[in-house]
Amino acid sequence: METYLGEKQQASQWSPYINNGGSCLAVAGDDFAVIASDTRMSLGYSIKTRYSTKYLKITEKCSIVSSGMQADIFTLHKVLKSRAQIYEQKHGKPMSTDAVAKLVSRLLYYRRFFPYYTFNIVAGIDDEGVGCVFSYDAIGTLERVKYSASGSGSSLIEPVLDNQVALKNRNDIKKEDFKLTKEYAIDLVKDAITSAGERDIYTGDFVEISVIDINGTHEEKFELRFD
Amino acid sequence: MFRTQYDSDISIYSPEGRLYQIEYAMQAVAQGSTALGLKSKTHAVVVTLMRSSDELSSHQRKIFKVDGHMGIAISGLTADARVLLKFMRNETLHHKFVYGSDLPTGEVVSSLAMKSQRNTQRWGRRPYGVGLLVIGYDGDKTHLYQTSPSGNCFSYYAQAIGSRSQSARTYLEKNFKEFPELGLEELVLHGVKALKESSGKETLTKLNVGIAVVGKEQKFEILKPNKVQSYLDQILQTEGEIEIENENENEKDEEAETLELKLD
Repeated sequence: METYLGEKQQASQWSPYINNGGSCLAVAGDDFAVIASDTRMSLGYSIKTRYSTKYLKITEKCSIVSSGMQADIFTLHKVLKSRAQIYEQKHGKPMSTDAVAKLVSRLLYYRRFFPYYTFNIVAGIDDEGVGCVFSYDAIGTLERVKYSASGSGSSLIEPVLDNQVALKNRNDIKKEDFKLTKEYAIDLVKDAITSAGERDIYTGDFVEISVIDINGTHEEKFELRFD
Repeated sequence: MFRTQYDSDISIYSPEGRLYQIEYAMQAVAQGSTALGLKSKTHAVVVTLMRSSDELSSHQRKIFKVDGHMGIAISGLTADARVLLKFMRNETLHHKFVYGSDLPTGEVVSSLAMKSQRNTQRWGRRPYGVGLLVIGYDGDKTHLYQTSPSGNCFSYYAQAIGSRSQSARTYLEKNFKEFPELGLEELVLHGVKALKESSGKETLTKLNVGIAVVGKEQKFEILKPNKVQSYLDQILQTEGEIEIENENENEKDEEAETLELKLD
């Protein structure tokens, strides 16, 4: 029987949940958003596959990344994709990012008593063209933020974002003097997830990063450590 | 001959073995404005004439997207078409959700045919008063199907339905042999030319002509009015040029202008 992540139980009862590891993050700027996730899927101390996507583009202006259990991520993404199409057929236009955010929250709460083991981040451009990031817990608690990280590497990434995006605990620079540019954010996201890959064993292999702005979504993929 | 005696209910046959109610339903299709479809090896196209009841109202939409690889053009009762459209959208989306692939056009059309037939044999129901031209691209092939209130569905190289569709059909019959090898642009031009045959006194403008395409590396797309206008312009241009081809080629521009006025 596989051991669970970090847990040691004398008499282990069967659980429907497993954690496939991986990290996700997103950062929002004034007129853009950057969202990224790694692609490693682990089970215990083994790697199940080096490429299993955690990212889904929902509309040209909105995407989601999820960490947690791959089966639930896959299903949630499937449901979300279908719901986005239904919305578009019904209303004749794609869902706004705010609508997607609310929908994800409702889909998660719908499973309140047998939750999706997913830790999601939705990022995109809102109706005013401003970048936005929404973070969730497993049952759909919704909060709009400027940046967020989830998954096995989140405790490594979140403090970096606190320091570099929100400028917390910085003595060398003032908030008024700082402008979060797209290039800065992309580099930061790349560095943050790469650093997580250095120390977190469940983060690595490849990263799917995408930049969302008024012109649409630009997707990229790069390599991380394979160890 | 026996029409009035045997046409009061869908469940009554005439002595000749005809169900008049179904034929009347098909009449409803023939009353709608023209919709035509044609396909090549790589693309399938529908072209429609959108009527507007008066100058104040908008033009009636006749082309609808079913899924990324499939769409329909309708002729007849629009409300009935909406019901069938919802059904098709549901089927294709369900298939995509469960199997992760595009639902083959032929399968959706078969389900639609079954659904239409049910309404011809159930108490209290009436046949759907709409004919659809379904275009799709799946399995590396283009598809064009026609469905009718009777529940019959056929695959076509090219077809036209609705009022004055016979003129369009004649044009398509004359030219369909060359369709398979054509590129998208030429295919659409043929479609618009065919529509012109059935347009009668109505002038074709970007507001009352609807065009949609689907094919290899081309998701189902309803063309924007400006793109439609560019095709209409090409038709007007070529009409002028066909006359000149037999005459002096140097005076093309002047001739084209004067000939355009004469053609109408």
